[in-house]
Amino acid sequence: MTDIAEPRLAGAWQDADWTKRRLRRRYRAERRFKAYGLVAVFVALGFLALLIGSVIVEGYPAFVRTSVALEVDFDPKVLGVGEAPTAEELQRADYGKLLREAVFAAFPEVTSRKERRKLLKLVSTAARFELRELLVDDPSIVGTTRRVWLTASSDVDMLNKGSAPRDVPEDERRLDDQQLGWIDTLHAAGFVETGFNGAFFTNADSREPEIAGIGGAIAGSFYMLLVTLVLTFPIGVTAAIYLEEFAPKNRVTDMIEVNINNLAAVPSIVFGLLGLAVFINLFHLPRSAPIVGGLTLTLMTLPTIIIAARSALKAVPPSIREGAYGVGASPIQMVFHHVLPLATPGILTGTIIGMARALGETAPLLMIGMVAFIVDIPGSPFDPATALPVQIFLWADSPERGFVEKVSAAILVLLAFLIAMNAVAIYLRRRFEVRF
Amino acid sequence: MTEDSDAMVSLTMEDDAAPAAAGSAADTDAAPRMRMRARDVNVFYADKQALFDVDIDLALNKVTALIGPSGCGKSTFLRCLNRMNDIIDICRVTGSITLDDRDIYGRDIDVVQLRARVGMVFQKPNPFPKSIYENVAYGPRIHGLARKGRELDEVVEQSLRRAGLFDEVSDRLQQPGTSLSGGQQQRLCIARAIAISPEVILMDEPCSALDPIATAKVEELIDELRQHYTIAIVTHNMQQAARVSQFTAFFHLGELVEFEATEQIFTNPHDQRTQDYITGRFG
Repeated sequence: MTDIAEPRLAGAWQDADWTKRRLRRRYRAERRFKAYGLVAVFVALGFLALLIGSVIVEGYPAFVRTSVALEVDFDPKVLGVGEAPTAEELQRADYGKLLREAVFAAFPEVTSRKERRKLLKLVSTAARFELRELLVDDPSIVGTTRRVWLTASSDVDMLNKGSAPRDVPEDERRLDDQQLGWIDTLHAAGFVETGFNGAFFTNADSREPEIAGIGGAIAGSFYMLLVTLVLTFPIGVTAAIYLEEFAPKNRVTDMIEVNINNLAAVPSIVFGLLGLAVFINLFHLPRSAPIVGGLTLTLMTLPTIIIAARSALKAVPPSIREGAYGVGASPIQMVFHHVLPLATPGILTGTIIGMARALGETAPLLMIGMVAFIVDIPGSPFDPATALPVQIFLWADSPERGFVEKVSAAILVLLAFLIAMNAVAIYLRRRFEVRF
Repeated sequence: MTEDSDAMVSLTMEDDAAPAAAGSAADTDAAPRMRMRARDVNVFYADKQALFDVDIDLALNKVTALIGPSGCGKSTFLRCLNRMNDIIDICRVTGSITLDDRDIYGRDIDVVQLRARVGMVFQKPNPFPKSIYENVAYGPRIHGLARKGRELDEVVEQSLRRAGLFDEVSDRLQQPGTSLSGGQQQRLCIARAIAISPEVILMDEPCSALDPIATAKVEELIDELRQHYTIAIVTHNMQQAARVSQFTAFFHLGELVEFEATEQIFTNPHDQRTQDYITGRFG
């Protein structure tokens, strides 16, 4: 007993001052750290709010659009068809002339060629297709005069929604004073209207901002993700199960594992180049098609899903495996009856997050030609198409003022899809989680 | 004379066979029938040898306890008996282990089938995260031992009864097995193991995670199960070994030091190390 020395710091706790100082310093350090954390969180939240806020402010006008009413005289002579036209005749009738006549009729006092051309700028050039649709749907209109709401031109749309200012010098405006006067006349007559822009969701891309929509891009993204999901989910999960549960632990398996981890970190544009070389140049699959985009994104997403699925499988406690083996389950029964059901929430979450990443991916799609300008909505994975993020990229590149709001609106739609997918992932995880 | 001796022989043979056939638990003095035999078993984890030339026999309707300090290889040996060590890649087993005189590491033995015949209860209760019913029904179902419906219900009920759990859970068979208490979970695992009518049951420290009351129940259960099965149990608890087993094997540093009748081991061990261990001088 006696050879145990007196503790070196004996009596330290008796020194009240010293104790207090130490305590104060400790609590100060803790408060400081909390403050750093709060600042970091608020900076991050601030930037997020700024981003979302600016996108919403920029983008919400795209969800409404301006229409102009015209008294249209569906004169068979103007259309160049007979009194009782056939469907084929109606398809080929001269709607441009019909539209022009209707616009000129609204302002009979305007007669000069130059002024009339300015007058035509008030209505979208796509308005004639709207007229055609009207007639094809209901041929009995021929010969009558009726009021038709037509899409206004982008310039009028911008002005009406306040996106383009009118109190700047005339030469800095897209519309001159005379055109403003005409618009005011129409306004006063109740011939200008702002309504919900459903066409934004159903139309495909267009050179005219007022009729350009994300319908084509959504369909393209949908087919692409469908291809990706159908391929990555079974391949990825099977690979993960094999590697995790069945593969012998040897050099080859280690190599495969290292390479999968490396592939997950490869920049996506590299996968784009691979897709171009293999799927388009070697297999001659159609360019710009969602099938190629889907295949390319499959390559990109597979490592992510394999890694997620493996970690979900690894998280299943070994005692469950032993329990299953203990009652004489074969390895495949052990996996499919016990391990896989427990790993499912994790695998699904990983898959959905992988899909969300694929949905937001742009770079590889640029390499395989999905950046093309496509005005048709794809009907199958083999039709040329574009994807949502690529559409955003395309519009952001366009000089027209009308596309600015479209970019933000498309971003909002893309974000909505991503948030919805992540919400589903969280829901699935909560719903099917089994606690031990 | 010769007739007499012949009669004697046949009599002892009958005596020997009768309890086995009847499945009775009578502690006859006659030499018990051996269900499993291990000879010269060596186990290696990669290059490290974990077991050295172990010879142990498991007798029918007897409980064999494996005791020894931590890391002495008793669990490793137990896991050799139903080839659970096969799961571990780096594990290698040599020597011979037979079940009813057939080498379980032989080419003609299917490991999945073997594990159905040699059931196992683990240290930590590990019920499947499924319903109580499903936990017990799983084994019979995958082995096709009972038809779905009444037959399976009966097997489940009987197994739960034998495990002494049925009365406690009869009204909540559809609730998850993980919702039971630790002791109940362990008895559920025992019910799960006996539901497929194994011939041998291996128990790896089945009471180490249980409180004394649950332990007492499980021990009681082991004694009852002995009537129908051959049981091997790994335990750290000397009293438990003395209470439940008829034979005890003492392991030390991967060697089988002593394998005797339990009474012998606890009252008059041959080896000094056994003596030291059971008297609490080390371990």
